Amino acid sequence: MNRHTKEIIIKYVFFTFSLVSIVVLGLIVFSLFREGLPIFGKVSVKDFLLGMEWYPTYDPPSFGIFPLIIGSLIVTIMATSIAVPLGVMAAIYISEIAPQGIKEILKSVIELLAGLPSVVLGFFGMVVVAPWLQDTFDLPTGLNIINASMILAIMAIPTISSISEDALYAVPREFKEASYALGATKFETITRVIIPSALSGISTAVMLGMARAIGETMVVLMVAGGAAAIPEGLFDSVRPMPASIAAEMGEAPFRSAHYQALFAIGIVLFFLTLAFNLIADYVSHKFRQIGSGTL
Amino acid sequence: MENIMKSFKNNSMQWRYFKQSIFFGAVRLSAFIIALALGGILFYIIVNGIGAISWDFITKPPTDSMTKGGIMPAILGTIYLTIGAIAVGLPLGIVSAIYLTEYARQGKVIRLIKVGINCLAGVPSVVFGLFGLGFFVIFLKFGSSILSGSLTLGFLILPTIIGASEEALKSVPQTFREASLSLGVSKWQTIYRIVLPNALPGILTGSILGIGRAAGETAPIMFTAAAYFTAKLPGSIFDEVMALPYHIYVLATAGTNIEATRPIQFGTVLVLVAVVLSIDLIAIIIRSYMRKNKRW
Repeated sequence: MNRHTKEIIIKYVFFTFSLVSIVVLGLIVFSLFREGLPIFGKVSVKDFLLGMEWYPTYDPPSFGIFPLIIGSLIVTIMATSIAVPLGVMAAIYISEIAPQGIKEILKSVIELLAGLPSVVLGFFGMVVVAPWLQDTFDLPTGLNIINASMILAIMAIPTISSISEDALYAVPREFKEASYALGATKFETITRVIIPSALSGISTAVMLGMARAIGETMVVLMVAGGAAAIPEGLFDSVRPMPASIAAEMGEAPFRSAHYQALFAIGIVLFFLTLAFNLIADYVSHKFRQIGSGTL
Repeated sequence: MENIMKSFKNNSMQWRYFKQSIFFGAVRLSAFIIALALGGILFYIIVNGIGAISWDFITKPPTDSMTKGGIMPAILGTIYLTIGAIAVGLPLGIVSAIYLTEYARQGKVIRLIKVGINCLAGVPSVVFGLFGLGFFVIFLKFGSSILSGSLTLGFLILPTIIGASEEALKSVPQTFREASLSLGVSKWQTIYRIVLPNALPGILTGSILGIGRAAGETAPIMFTAAAYFTAKLPGSIFDEVMALPYHIYVLATAGTNIEATRPIQFGTVLVLVAVVLSIDLIAIIIRSYMRKNKRW
């Protein structure tokens, strides 16, 4: 075998390997649909998505996941509204203001925070945050929306912060120099020059942080409380979609309607996060920072 | 107060610096809160968990329906699953990254693959768990086993490894490749002898971070590999295992006496955090070493 043939074979082997990620995506859709779609022979899509009652083990069972969707959305939005200001401001500090030594330490802090397993954070929420909330606000239970949102925010911060920091770091040096040359203070340069030109990257960071929060399982399973009802206040407990899947899959008989309904929730979750990621991808390509040419 | 505001308004430069110092204070505070959150969590876990740690805790199986004894089977299970995830994710990830950066011409197929990888990175871990259940456990009939769990975790960390390897490969200067090619060296030899050795520390850093994530994940192994309790250690890759993250979840939510087993729970949490963060720390150390020794 001559060298040229060898090169071509290597190239095609590598190509086949890199197709794997597409194949896996395909397989995910395939297995979710294979196990989950049969539920729609029993419940209509509309009743499934907008039904108000999730009683999968009752007789007759009721498979309305609207309360679960609402649960997921509430904790995600709450978590994002805590994590975005903290994460983005920390990114600004790290990228623009902090001295070199502190910068390195903070980067490691964020990396380690990203490394904390979700079950550990869930455990922390259960044994520390929940009793504290219960005592402070005199509640029947500390496992509720507020608790889940706070813990989810801790999980979303590393994603938001590190991607925002990359975006801020990528702003060309000339932009800052031009701004200083016009007599702007550092604050004015950051808010009027650096942040606007890094905005697409920051939006991507926010989208990915939200995707992370909505799909996170262990935290909402352990600290959101688990009530499958539309909450009336922020101290009510909820049952977000991932929590339902994780909590009930063990008990659902194989290929029963309940089992299929849980896979169907997986389908909803999959497409929801897919949408977040595609939007993030679109934003980062459409409004890409191309150096000096952008503004 | 009004007088102060007035004097600021009148002295524009002072007002501008005042706004700046408020802003700097706010961003500093944000960074401080995040550092405090990490520090607080770690401190709390260490203080409460250190008492439970002993040689027996790490080397003995649980006894008395998991209210006493150690966590050895769970540690072992996590090691097996992590090694399995590495065996699946690392070769696939590195080879894909090499193709995407070194061989691929930008086109529709490559764009599709890249979007696919991005989407794969965003799929929630619990959906990976369902995928593992539907595909490996049921469709391929592997059952709930080390094999199913490893494959699920391997695919979970695949996008992380591809992303990190791509970055590392791109950071090798183009001139290195050109110098090698101009000497008549073939493409593959250039990649193998020149590009890969230079990209290796970067590839390792990212991959190790991915591995740390695999070791701590719970949701993907809940339905594909993890056992509530197994009396015997796994004999083959088709056996179920206990795993540290799932053990924590079980003890904290479904144990026979949740309050009484708190010390064991804290001990298990501390062991898991120690395992995962030391894996991450290795990655961070490799990277800082690499930066110091960068030759270009």
